[in-house]
Amino acid sequence: MSTHSNSKIEWPLWEIFVRSKQGLDHKHVGSLHAADAAMAIENARDVYTRRMEGISIWAVESKNIHASNPDEAGSLYDPANDKAYRHPTFYDLPDEVKYM
Amino acid sequence: MQNQQDVFFQDKVDKEIRIEPKDWMPEKYRQTLIRQISQHAHSEIIGMLPEGNWITRAPSLRRKAILLAKVQDEAGHGLYLYSAAETLGISRDEMYHQLHTGKAKYSSIFNYPTLSWADMGVIGWLVDGAAIMNQVPLCRSSYGPYARAMVRVCKEESFHQRQGFDILYTLGKGSEAQRKMAQDAINRWWWPSIMMFGPKDDESPNSIQSMKWKIKRFSNDELRQKFIDVCAEQVKVLGFTLPDKDLKWNEARKHYDFGTINWDEFWQVIQGNGPCNKERLDARKKAWADGEWVRDAATAYATKKTAKNKAA
Ligand SMILES: [Fe+2]
Ligand SMILES: [Fe+2]
Ligand SMILES: [Fe+2]
Repeated sequence: MSTHSNSKIEWPLWEIFVRSKQGLDHKHVGSLHAADAAMAIENARDVYTRRMEGISIWAVESKNIHASNPDEAGSLYDPANDKAYRHPTFYDLPDEVKYM
Repeated sequence: MQNQQDVFFQDKVDKEIRIEPKDWMPEKYRQTLIRQISQHAHSEIIGMLPEGNWITRAPSLRRKAILLAKVQDEAGHGLYLYSAAETLGISRDEMYHQLHTGKAKYSSIFNYPTLSWADMGVIGWLVDGAAIMNQVPLCRSSYGPYARAMVRVCKEESFHQRQGFDILYTLGKGSEAQRKMAQDAINRWWWPSIMMFGPKDDESPNSIQSMKWKIKRFSNDELRQKFIDVCAEQVKVLGFTLPDKDLKWNEARKHYDFGTINWDEFWQVIQGNGPCNKERLDARKKAWADGEWVRDAATAYATKKTAKNKAA
């Protein structure tokens, strides 16, 4: 909308990733606005970890995230579909074999 | 082509495959979600005001810490929801603009005043209770970011309802004056609370499409009935009554019957004529205006630092 009384530049958007405990991956939890990275992490602590949900936070400015195109999902992931031999259950083992 | 996309989209929704931000979606679906999610976000933000009113006057340090944590949660809910709405292509500033100019609505319940400490109990028990009833099905909403935000919200809401119930339960065991105060608060908030589920099904024209798109899972009247059934029992535990002389168990329906809702009041408050509409919006606009220099200073600092880093 161009009729804003307040048409200043917004603080940039950041994507927030939180590691819930040592040994686990950081997981995307949502986004927020902040002027810089330090503020993004501080705000993320208040917005996304009020109940010990995390012990480590990553903040990535949203414009730096490159995503695959959902319209190409078919051609992108299909080739994996017919390669059942990549899974261990594809192989029949003799009953005598243990621990494999 | 457009038609084929519509069919494909509906098929995905029917199969319970979540829609994600970059997926194709009908324009009307996008607009409906933007309206619903941003209004929900505004409700969380405005919803802090009636309770914020009592933080400094909470009767004990324990109650004060709890209320503060609860109100802070509501700010968080607003933020989760704003960012979910932004994934649909509307900016945060645009949403604020719509709120501040009165173009966007928020839940009309927050246009009622909080007159006594007991109101904090009733808001937690009834207002958060009604919100939970509405929101739990939204955790399975067809739009991924909205559903995920609602999962976080719902996890936090049950503490809100319990702390409210706890306030009322304590007042119920208190002095005659405390009991009177609690009953008065229940009397004032009951009807507005059951209006929170929105107009009756036959007067809620957008509901059918929203249910087809699985943005909504239950109708307004279904949720309202469920809420009334639950509260009619819980109020007995509290030792108080609900202000409805027609409230009575219907063995045939297996539900409570209830009296006529004053829909005229509902529409009046939505149209801006509730007891606190102006006060709420003014407080919100003042907060936004007063924060302007902070936003500007932080932007200036970040810009300067980036320039410095580049030079180094
Ligand atoms: Fe909330
Ligand atoms: Fe809520
Ligand atoms: Fe709440």
